[in-house]
Amino acid sequence: MASATQTDHMIDDLPPARGHWRNVWSRFRKRRLALVSLIIITFIYLLGIFAPVIQTHDYQETNLRRTQEGPSTENWLGTDRAGRDLYTRVVWGIQTTVIITVVSFVTGSLFLGVSVGLVAGYFRGWIDAVIMRVGEVVSAFPDILLIILLAATLRPRILEFARNIEDSTGINGLVSSGIVDYVVIGIALLPLSWFGMMRLVRGQVLVLRNAEYVQAARAMGTSTPRILFRHILPNVVSPIIVTVSFGIGGVALSEVVLSFFGLGVQPPRPSLGVMIGEVTARGGASVSVLRDHPEQLLAPIIVVWLLIFCWNIVGDALNDVLNPRAR
Amino acid sequence: MLAYIVRRLLWTPVLLALAAFFVFFMGTCAPGDPAELRLGPRATEERIIVERARLGLDKPLLFQYGKYVNGILKGDFGDSYHYQGRPVLEILLPKLWVSVQLNIAALIVAVSIGLPLGFYAAKKQGTGRDPAIVITMLILYAMPIFFTAPFLILFFAVKLHWVPAAGWDGFFSLQIILPAVTIGIPGAAIFVRHMRASTLEVVGQEYVRTAHAKGMSNFVVNYRHIARNALLPILTIMGFTLAGMFGGSLIVELIYGIPGAGRLSLDAIFQRDFPVLTALVLLSSGMLVLANLAIDIAYTIVDPRIRLQ
Repeated sequence: MASATQTDHMIDDLPPARGHWRNVWSRFRKRRLALVSLIIITFIYLLGIFAPVIQTHDYQETNLRRTQEGPSTENWLGTDRAGRDLYTRVVWGIQTTVIITVVSFVTGSLFLGVSVGLVAGYFRGWIDAVIMRVGEVVSAFPDILLIILLAATLRPRILEFARNIEDSTGINGLVSSGIVDYVVIGIALLPLSWFGMMRLVRGQVLVLRNAEYVQAARAMGTSTPRILFRHILPNVVSPIIVTVSFGIGGVALSEVVLSFFGLGVQPPRPSLGVMIGEVTARGGASVSVLRDHPEQLLAPIIVVWLLIFCWNIVGDALNDVLNPRAR
Repeated sequence: MLAYIVRRLLWTPVLLALAAFFVFFMGTCAPGDPAELRLGPRATEERIIVERARLGLDKPLLFQYGKYVNGILKGDFGDSYHYQGRPVLEILLPKLWVSVQLNIAALIVAVSIGLPLGFYAAKKQGTGRDPAIVITMLILYAMPIFFTAPFLILFFAVKLHWVPAAGWDGFFSLQIILPAVTIGIPGAAIFVRHMRASTLEVVGQEYVRTAHAKGMSNFVVNYRHIARNALLPILTIMGFTLAGMFGGSLIVELIYGIPGAGRLSLDAIFQRDFPVLTALVLLSSGMLVLANLAIDIAYTIVDPRIRLQ
């Protein structure tokens, strides 16, 4: 044991390995399209994060004298049927998307997917078999239908649960703040986010667990969690980053679809999906809206479009830059 | 290889049973008591108790699940809550059939655009056309269906009058073109991406060089040696692409006013008709599982290298 901690200390004392990431960044920077995409993504997310600061109206404020108007100096992107400011609502909708993607990726993909993948790959045996079979069952469903089913059946339960908490603890605003919506969407998106990540991490760990440096660490008596998180995980970070960057667009779109169906974020809180659903009367009026008031439909859609496109470009570039073997 | 197929065949029913349990369990989580929902708001306490007993709701969960699966095996998915007492399957099957036809049409669109374009892009690697195709397809892939669908209607139906704007008139009709293209575009983009990658892999193989060296014509090398081998890995992503398109078709049906599973699922959500929703999820995942199984078996037949392993 003593020798193990000693070597670990020696490893700790080495200068931090910055070289790799600096390299990655300099190679990434050379791809102009990817760089532009990253800037667009950052800009969109900043809009969402600073929504309360940069809004020009209140997102609930209706003005029935100025409904369905085109862009003007007063309403930068125009107004919707209730005279609400489109720019403000888009910005708040982006905030919803930011929150959902972060929540969904931190809980589902990173926490659940990575840890389960590490466990399955490292311990193999029956744990691995059970996890893989569960994953197969979950991925047997068409994504969107499963998400819809989960959201539709779980929402009332979670709502009830939140009301009970409010009643018993006296905390107010749990339901009205929209936290319930985020929890529902987060849970509904779990099957989408965890399995792909889990399979990826598991595959990497299956290879790495027999690598010589891992065997050496084990021979020195390093504890299993330490091997997993200190020796194996850092070597899986690159594919994790690539997977996350490819997945974010899909998660954002799923939230939009759920909210479009009325199962995600609930009005009055704006979300890009709620905006599309309200404007098009859940699809039926899409054509007349696009013809008569295109800005109402295009404002939320272009944001979604840009997000999915840019994340794919960034994911592609990261894949090339982080995976020298791929090229 | 035979062992693999047998294992897959044995696992499929288990997989479907587990999927059925999951869906059944989610159904029991759904709000509202089925007995109350069936009898309506004016039912008396006693009638509800009688109805609960009749439906077997007072029995343990596993017993109810057994009954549910037993019913499914006989083609009985229970009764709809909303359409008083009508069997779910009677409501669901015609609509699902519409969606299946729509998705087959979309798959044809995706394959016939995606595969040749991906092949072409790979052959043109190093020229400006390759990145142009790749980026165009990525833009189309990212384009939300909420925009594609009304845009295509406005342009091809309202402006040019080439095809009817909306509605459903069976597989062999002009109406199917626009929705099939709408769903097919993202699928085509996926095929371009994979076809391009797998063609690039085959182009560098030695047997391709040998074929060229033998003096075979470019046409024969392209189609017999490169394209046919590049197509093999595409088979495996077919099922996954189909699943993605099915999700998209739910929204497309709403926009084009097609009486398919999409319309039905939206109605079922708002009428809280959970037997319909669960049956729809289960049936579509069953189709998906069987499609993937068929693809995997077809793959071993088409590719002798795998059969011999």
